[in-house]
Amino acid sequence: MSEAQKAPILLHLDGLTKAYPGVVANDNVGFKIHEGEVHALLGENGAGKSTLVKMIYGLVKPDSGTMTLRGQAYEPAEPRAARADGIAMVFQHFSLFDALNVAENIALGMEKPPKQSELARRIKDVSEEYGLPLDPSAVVGNLSAGERQRVEIIRCLLQDPKLLIMDEPTSVLTPQEVEILFQTLRQLSAEGTAILYISHKLEEIRSLCDEATVLRLGKVVGNCTPREKSARELAEMMVGEVLHVPERAVKDLGEIVLAIDNLSIASANPFGTSLKNVSLEVRAGEILGIGGVAGNGQDELLAAISGEAKTSHGAVTVKGTSVGELTPNERRKLAILAAPEERLGHAAAPDMSLVENALLTGAVRKNLTSSGFVDWGATRDFAREIIKDFDVRTPGSANAARSLSGGNLQKFVVGREVLQDPDVLVVNQPTWGVDASAAAAIRQSLLDLAAKGAAIIVISQDLDELMEISDRFAALNEGALSDARPAQGLTVDEIGLMMGGAHGMEVAHSHHNEGEPA
Amino acid sequence: MIRLEKRATPSKQWSLAAPLLAVALTMIAGGIMFAALGKDPLEAIRIIFWDPIFGEFASYSRPQLLVKAGPLILIAIGLSLGFRAGIWNIGAEGQYIMGAIFGAATGLAFYPAELWIIFPLMVIAGAIGGTLWAMIPAILKTKFNTNEILTSLMLVYVAQEILKSMANGLLKNPEGHGFPGSRNLAHYPATSNPELIVGTGAHWGVMAAIVAVIAAYILLSRHILGFQIRLTGESPRAARFASVRPNRLIVICMGISGGLAGLAGLFEVTGPAGQITDKFNVGYGFTAIIVAFLGRLHPVGILLAGLLMALTYIGGELAQLQMSIPAAAIQAFQGMLLFFLLAMDVLTNFKIKFGTEAA
Repeated sequence: MSEAQKAPILLHLDGLTKAYPGVVANDNVGFKIHEGEVHALLGENGAGKSTLVKMIYGLVKPDSGTMTLRGQAYEPAEPRAARADGIAMVFQHFSLFDALNVAENIALGMEKPPKQSELARRIKDVSEEYGLPLDPSAVVGNLSAGERQRVEIIRCLLQDPKLLIMDEPTSVLTPQEVEILFQTLRQLSAEGTAILYISHKLEEIRSLCDEATVLRLGKVVGNCTPREKSARELAEMMVGEVLHVPERAVKDLGEIVLAIDNLSIASANPFGTSLKNVSLEVRAGEILGIGGVAGNGQDELLAAISGEAKTSHGAVTVKGTSVGELTPNERRKLAILAAPEERLGHAAAPDMSLVENALLTGAVRKNLTSSGFVDWGATRDFAREIIKDFDVRTPGSANAARSLSGGNLQKFVVGREVLQDPDVLVVNQPTWGVDASAAAAIRQSLLDLAAKGAAIIVISQDLDELMEISDRFAALNEGALSDARPAQGLTVDEIGLMMGGAHGMEVAHSHHNEGEPA
Repeated sequence: MIRLEKRATPSKQWSLAAPLLAVALTMIAGGIMFAALGKDPLEAIRIIFWDPIFGEFASYSRPQLLVKAGPLILIAIGLSLGFRAGIWNIGAEGQYIMGAIFGAATGLAFYPAELWIIFPLMVIAGAIGGTLWAMIPAILKTKFNTNEILTSLMLVYVAQEILKSMANGLLKNPEGHGFPGSRNLAHYPATSNPELIVGTGAHWGVMAAIVAVIAAYILLSRHILGFQIRLTGESPRAARFASVRPNRLIVICMGISGGLAGLAGLFEVTGPAGQITDKFNVGYGFTAIIVAFLGRLHPVGILLAGLLMALTYIGGELAQLQMSIPAAAIQAFQGMLLFFLLAMDVLTNFKIKFGTEAA
């Protein structure tokens, strides 16, 4: 899109600064977005991307600096003002009501919603025009994550925006769905809508974006044309250091440690996904990577292994013994450990100290109680060991779990299980929200644990991560698990198909192209 | 502009200073109210806070302090365990009544025997009575997922009807000339719960309250069950992950709170009240809910809150008598204390910042 370079400037940010207690989220940030340009905002978690877009969208007011929109001073007091000026945003976390249908959800976000029938017609028009098929009368609770994202995108497109901000839009999509989304975004860009695209996925940015601004610790550290850089160069701009790639030891796999045989269980959560005929085997020393879009049974699979969900006799066996009837602590006694995805409120209690959170799963294996009384001294030592070995940044073990940053708490949660010498470990999203160097350290610790002979399941939405550390790969799709295949040599297309392809949405753009005169 | 900023961890200093500040603010606001009623505010506050313990007639009112605080603390300790775990037993008043009925009935069954074993048996029966009454909402909750707030509360009214029936029927004193009410248990050595240290008001119930405070403190800070209770209240999903069985915890917490409320009822009916009458219960079971929260669900806090609550009741009565301050004003004063204590709680978890915020 070379003409985009010459297009007039849409939004000019200059010297934006925003400080929160203890941290400068944005320090003198400035760049320009041209009309019709796809502009990437690149940076690690905590680099200040979210704060910056919140300022543009009127959610946060900058301490200093100016924004200029089409030559006019732009100071949105609230998102409504930003929308009135043609700025729309698709958030990473959707704000949709499960019980309402698509048109009702979209009407809720509008200042003056038209009649439902009129709105349904407009939704249909926009969705066909941009190749995003969507039934206005479908109930949102029944939609896949990719379809929910379309609801949010169409909600934005109905406002006819000049600038569309997208925050990590592909984290919930399969590779095929990503391609459909990119076609839509390219079409929007060709029509003159600028897109501010936030991501830390480098290949995506290289394929989609015209320009990139890289943020690190709140400062702009570089501008570039992503196509002219390699993914590694972009990563090093983003992280500011040479990246350490985890090392995999060559190893011989042992016998089968964990086996799940034809497991079907209903989800405990009414909006959860029930598992359907899941079978898998993990050998000693092996890492099985399980991919898939969130909400396809990941939580339920972890619960069936951790013991939070009971299963029928023989469905879950460890070294030949059925463990499906055992409680989480009885399984811990047998060295079966788990680290759930939700850090605050599941893996850890937010208002309890790190010492108490060490007791939460460590009581059995670390012998932290005797006849029911807690040995706080030993518990404190265990907490300190986790903090030290996993480089958890905190003033001390007496601090509450919620006072830690997401990445540091993640290190604590994974470290707590790894240090208990599991024979079986299942981790859900081990590096979600963790910066690149800490993520590498967590992955290395999982590889080291496998090298010592543990059987490990890593559930993740980050396919690059799974390809990096797993021996075999399988995907969860609507509660069913695909056959596991050796991870080396799998192509992105194969992985995408294992994840359920585009969930029946493949035809979107081809159909649209047929109907449109060239 | 004033705004609040959440603290990363609750402030230790403020959690200690907040109650003192609250009492001071209550004195100021209450003083203004008394002045508006045309009463001398300093005198009123002196009568409420000082005279019950150190005043001219303190020898009468001082023992009342422990007599009233004892059951409040005993019940509140039990309730606080459940409240910590998110199990809301609102029906301690009913469990208190049932404990008194079970205990009194046991004692009366032995009448007129004089055996040392009778009183211990009555204590056990009282605890069983309260526990059984609390098991009804506990089992309804674990089996049918009913709301224990409603069921435990409604069972208070059932217990009151049983109390009326007992006072006028089964437990009625056969030598009572037709008056409702049981024999006076305090009149018989085998069934009485006497003042143990003369002039203090301390009877067996007060001793039990002190033991309960210490036991609850150890349970919550040192025992894995206490940890599970706290964990369940804070984050039920993490508790299940830590192998806590929610139904077991419901039964345990309801059982302990019911048992302690039953004990409080038993000690009351054998001591200060003396007999089962249809007006035997005076609302300790409900006031204990306030005491539990005033004490921040912490055993030592509950001990202090129970004493403070008892003090304002006794001092409030004195102020009504001596200065003819209307009862409504006294209640408003007690309400202020509650209000300021809860309001000051904000300071423990938040920082107050002055100045403008951009967001």
